Amino acid sequence: MKHQRLDALARADRVLNDLSYGYVQDWLGRGADRHAVGYLPIYAPREIIAAAGMIPVGVFGAGDALDIVKGDAYFQSYICHIPRSVIEMALDGRFATFSAFIFPAICDVIRNLSGMWQMNFPDQYVKYLDYPQNFDPEVGGRFYRRELEDLLENLVRISGREVSDAELHAATARYNENRRLLDRLYDARSRAPHNFPMSEVYRVVRAGSVLTVDDHNRLILDYLAAAEAEPLPDQDRIRVYLVGAFCEQPPLGLLKTLEQAGCALVGDDLLLGMRFIRGDVATEGDPLDALVAAYLTKCGWSSAVYDGDNPREDKLVEDVRACKADGVIFCCPSFCDPALLDRPMLQKRLDEERVPYASFQYSENTGQFQVIREQAGTFSDSIKLWE
Amino acid sequence: MSETPRIVKEKSMVVQKKMLAAYYKGLASTGETGQKVVYTFVPGNLTELILSFGAQPVYPEINALQSGMRKKSMEFIRQAEKMGHSEDVCTYVKCDVGMMLKGNVGPTGETIPAPDLLLCSYTGCFTFMKWFENLAKMYDCPVVMLHVPYRSAGEASPAMVQYVVDQLRTRVIPALEKVTGRPYDEERLRTMLGLAAQAEDDMVYCFESAKNRPSPIDGYFAGVYYIGPIFTAFRGTEECVTYYRSLREDIDERIARGLGPITPEGQIEKEQYRLVVEGPPNWTNFREFWKLFYDRGAVVVASTYTNVGGSYDLGFRHDPAHPLETMARYCMSCYTNLSLPQRTAVLSNYVRDYHADGLLVNSIKSCNSFSAGQLQMLRRVEEETGVPVGFIESDLVDPRYFSYANLKNRLDSFFQMLDQKLTPGESDA
Repeated sequence: MKHQRLDALARADRVLNDLSYGYVQDWLGRGADRHAVGYLPIYAPREIIAAAGMIPVGVFGAGDALDIVKGDAYFQSYICHIPRSVIEMALDGRFATFSAFIFPAICDVIRNLSGMWQMNFPDQYVKYLDYPQNFDPEVGGRFYRRELEDLLENLVRISGREVSDAELHAATARYNENRRLLDRLYDARSRAPHNFPMSEVYRVVRAGSVLTVDDHNRLILDYLAAAEAEPLPDQDRIRVYLVGAFCEQPPLGLLKTLEQAGCALVGDDLLLGMRFIRGDVATEGDPLDALVAAYLTKCGWSSAVYDGDNPREDKLVEDVRACKADGVIFCCPSFCDPALLDRPMLQKRLDEERVPYASFQYSENTGQFQVIREQAGTFSDSIKLWE
Repeated sequence: MSETPRIVKEKSMVVQKKMLAAYYKGLASTGETGQKVVYTFVPGNLTELILSFGAQPVYPEINALQSGMRKKSMEFIRQAEKMGHSEDVCTYVKCDVGMMLKGNVGPTGETIPAPDLLLCSYTGCFTFMKWFENLAKMYDCPVVMLHVPYRSAGEASPAMVQYVVDQLRTRVIPALEKVTGRPYDEERLRTMLGLAAQAEDDMVYCFESAKNRPSPIDGYFAGVYYIGPIFTAFRGTEECVTYYRSLREDIDERIARGLGPITPEGQIEKEQYRLVVEGPPNWTNFREFWKLFYDRGAVVVASTYTNVGGSYDLGFRHDPAHPLETMARYCMSCYTNLSLPQRTAVLSNYVRDYHADGLLVNSIKSCNSFSAGQLQMLRRVEEETGVPVGFIESDLVDPRYFSYANLKNRLDSFFQMLDQKLTPGESDA
């Protein structure tokens, strides 16, 4: 079975390491009426895109795999890294076959990137998806419904074919299955982190940002089966919850470094959009209303969502307790206002709860991990020795 | 730079200083008067609505910039960084948090009262939300969120207007009623919105006076110094109308006499360059920064920063006939709530309409709302208008990011570019 684990990871890596999106190009090549829709972090309602007969493609930047030349001419040094690698990829023509891009309301940088897209790539439909910060169904819900209708209308305009409620329900059901499988994977990881190292789980999950939902569901199942059939040996590591990496993603080397330094990641907000909706979305009734209701009542906590009467520090503590984490690592991208402005509030609460934590910043192309290894190692040792 | 000359002021500058002093004094005495205090933001501010409830608005970013001008911001920022805030984030937030931790003593030395309500007008800046989430943990008071949609597709759609109106009806007004103990008085609000519209006409007249040659005002430094600030805190009052009428008369007089803008060191005698500026100014070294311009006869004839509190020169006016709808439309009209193509068009139009010689971007390290995309805008304006463009960097209120030598070098190079572009005599035609 060992080779089956490796085979599943290789399938994920083929997608993740291909900055030309060969998988998407192949999918597009199978029909003249096919379209690709890119979306930026955190969350996009992929159900609508899939129901419209299109492939949703998560665009998380180029990580450490691309030298940035043109992108740096578009962004000042004090702006995070993800937009410069995304624009570099776009200027290189890597998204030339995409028909549309969704820019979720998450921060001012991604928001303004939507405008740059309008100016640079006028042939692509640009949707700035303004998520409501008001959670009253009659107020924020009504507004969000209109946002989703606008998205769907424009996808229909691009594809030239109507989308039925049945198609929306069917797509929703496939993504419900995806959410269940991801929950299963994360539960398994939390129970036995040595057998589901983050450096593997992350690749399997992230592959779902490019694969069709059905292919991703198969990949998760195959990986789970292989890992459960032949477990890896146990490790002496502390259990860590990782916070702050929901948008710009850390390089894989950083995740491996944390594990090598004695930190088993048992909870995290990496690739948060894949797990943004907690639980199933209704597959009967009005399908857009179901997506609206899911956003209003089932979205997880996030730095991009106003916390109002539902403070995210409470949610963090709940999650930390639920996954029996020994401590928290704040792992935030440099210049990320949402993550970094949350950090003091979250840390204060962890102090009150006597949950130990450590903090550092990264960018997606960080290449030197020695300092992080030492910091994480010290954190791990301090918990093992003193807690 | 060592000798500090006597500061020259116009009549309106003296009046606005008195008005602001009275405003801060009024704030400091709310403990005795029982007047309620509402913290909110300049972009998307609901000043008329707050005042109609008899409450007093407080603008944390104005406190922060005033602290910056009075050299107090560094201490506050360090205080916030000690409690865990990153060097990377918005320095307005850190200055405000630090000020609160240090006793909330405001820029005039008087204590700013704690808020009775935090009204988060989430307009054109994502960080506003995080800012008030942080404050909500520090103050024991209710918070109300007003989410103002972003105009990514250009115009404010009916659904966007409806969304804001619904929030005003179901969240903001009930919160103000509860805090102040007063019922919503729409007639009073209409009256105030009517007064706001009058002041808006005169304020736009003042800013557009910069189309004259020479320009009688500096539309950036003076714009943020004595033309714009009164507007935010006093909009909707008779005092505000009187101020702008008086300012308009001052400016008319300057136009009639062919006078250039007034600076802290007197009047600019020869208008050498006419500039459009994008981005907020640096506040920690405001006068030093301005001097880099007026020493070279550079006059800013139009700036986008003066539109963060509303894009009145693009045509918006408060309409008392539709009080909630007009406030919704106002919020969405603020400059940083416009899409990047719209912002670019504003800049290109400014260059043409104000006959500017060049565009300068002051890119602010801790303001992603303004800064992300500015390099793209810069290039596009250059393509569209053909004027030279320049780029400098500083920060709002963190003095660590103000480098005089660096700014001077870059500005000298920019002025050289302008000299090469301008034929002799063109700039003073």
